[in-house]
Amino acid sequence: MRSYEKYFRMNRLPHIWCPGCGNGIIMKSIAKAAEQLGLDQDNTVIVSGIGCSSRASGYMNFDTLHTAHGRAIPFATGIKLANPKLKVIVITGDGDCTAIGGNHFIHGARRNIDLTVVLFNNNIYGMTGGQASPLTPTGKKATTAPFGSVDTAFDPCKLAKAAGASYIARGTAFHAKPLVDLIAQGISNNGFSLVEAITQCPISYGRRNKMGDAAGMLKWMSESAVPLTAYEKLAEDQKGDKFPIGILYQKTAPEYSAEYAKVIKLAQEGK
Amino acid sequence: MSEARLMQGNEACAEGAMAAGVNFFGGYPITPSTEIAEIMAKELPALGGTFIQMEDEIAGIAVVLGAALGGRKALTATSGPGFSLKQELIGYGCIAEIPIVIANVQRLGPATGQPTSPAQGDVMQARWGTHGDHPMIALSPWNVRESFDVAVMAVNYAERFRTPVIILLDEVVGHMREKVVLPKAEDIEIYPRRKPSCTREEGYKPYTPMADLVPNPADFGTGHHIHVTGLVHDETGFPTGSAQVTEDTIKRLHEKISRVQEQITHYDEFFMEDAEYAVLAYGGTARTAYAAVELARKQGIKVGMVRLMTIWPFADKIVKKVAKKVKKILVPEMNYGQLVLEVERAAAGQATVISLPKYNTEIFTPQEISTAIEELAAEVVK
Repeated sequence: MRSYEKYFRMNRLPHIWCPGCGNGIIMKSIAKAAEQLGLDQDNTVIVSGIGCSSRASGYMNFDTLHTAHGRAIPFATGIKLANPKLKVIVITGDGDCTAIGGNHFIHGARRNIDLTVVLFNNNIYGMTGGQASPLTPTGKKATTAPFGSVDTAFDPCKLAKAAGASYIARGTAFHAKPLVDLIAQGISNNGFSLVEAITQCPISYGRRNKMGDAAGMLKWMSESAVPLTAYEKLAEDQKGDKFPIGILYQKTAPEYSAEYAKVIKLAQEGK
Repeated sequence: MSEARLMQGNEACAEGAMAAGVNFFGGYPITPSTEIAEIMAKELPALGGTFIQMEDEIAGIAVVLGAALGGRKALTATSGPGFSLKQELIGYGCIAEIPIVIANVQRLGPATGQPTSPAQGDVMQARWGTHGDHPMIALSPWNVRESFDVAVMAVNYAERFRTPVIILLDEVVGHMREKVVLPKAEDIEIYPRRKPSCTREEGYKPYTPMADLVPNPADFGTGHHIHVTGLVHDETGFPTGSAQVTEDTIKRLHEKISRVQEQITHYDEFFMEDAEYAVLAYGGTARTAYAAVELARKQGIKVGMVRLMTIWPFADKIVKKVAKKVKKILVPEMNYGQLVLEVERAAAGQATVISLPKYNTEIFTPQEISTAIEELAAEVVK
């Protein structure tokens, strides 16, 4: 038995994801981060939305909640405020988090409530068969963008920073080992943490955009992802479709549930 | 708490919810329900409870569903447009069997409609607003004092049946001020959170129905490692594609409510002993209807009244009984004619059912309803 297996519901596996999907790598990274931190399974809750990545909650051995499309963050907010001693991890996808759940995402960040959002970014709606998401890069093809997407994609990390998140990191399925550390540090941060995890969807995204099979897409990640310090040294014309990985931003800021505990204390003393 | 107080229906609703143990409120401001949120923001912290203003109406119900799973008794409040936005997650609460209460202080719609004007246009939406087959409990108070009682009852029913319960206030009752004497805390019965029947090691399945057909899913953070989903799931809580489990689940969700329908059907009858005609009304309209029935009685018309507090599940048996007794049933409502359809269905031709709709932002006057009573009584004489 592998040391992190206790964080899985082994009887619910194998998972439903397609051959070559990167979601399993990201999910395992969450389990290994839990192991690294020695997370108490009785006091950790995994909350997910709807979509491929959001099925991960059912495989993980904690109290788990598979919510409605886009709504994982407000459900998670309720759980955290109901019982602030709980560690709450949100698993979401690019469509779930930045399209239908976009408003909740920025407001969760604004409150700096202690949630760790692991955003499985495969640049596409996988569950419904390959429609464009707000993280589908301009020009890339999808079933709903057969001539290439004319939309401009969000950078969810910049979005979270502008909205007030206190820990922001990006990793990829190729850089699996550093991803574990990035998630663990996100969980350790007392505030709203975003870990954007780039994952491959060879079936509904890669194939349509001539990015190759799963191995080809992992190769693309290995070539495109650049550690932040190195990325910052690149000239603008060298950046191209490269993107920075690692811890992108960190700050210390008041955490929402702790701030609300002060409100309760004040109100009770005022009586 | 036993002295007389002047308060609003919305205030009584908030007080009742807190008296029943509500210690979490999440919501979004919307007229004419906002006072409920404001009172909760002010009162809950001192009780050790939590208030949060969310970014939108959907988040307002999502956060209370999360809080309920986290062990809290949770309330949200809204009005028409917000009630529409909350519908998907009301269904989530039904299938995941999460106890929450939604207070909907109705205003005139559709859409933005007439934001501060009274209406009872959400009666059918309360029943059928979320997609798919599901049971529903909706209660409608007709005065300030009863707004308190209905809130207590709604919280208790949500816990007892593990289902969302809707309080259908209307702007009349929500904003009306009356002198009320609230019950003492020790006289209020509170239904406690249902507890798991055994431990994980003993083979606990969170969605195994008990004798009352209601399961006991554990609160998060109590060591049971349960899975909650909006997908159809079996007793373990995990999704299944089984046709049999799907059928059994939808049937059980309905039957856990229908088997206690008589217990949860609350209503009043007035002047029904010798009645030849009846007025059936609910919410703010029932107050006017009562005055109209008194006026008609003074003119010698043998008219009685049925006032429904429980709107859903619908009081079929009560209406059937009334339909056998009287010749005609008048149904005044501040909408285009909604609950009258249910009255017709339940009366099944035993009595003539007459709709008296009003949907112009103004409340009924007693004269309008008494005139309608006079007309239906006169028609028989002819």
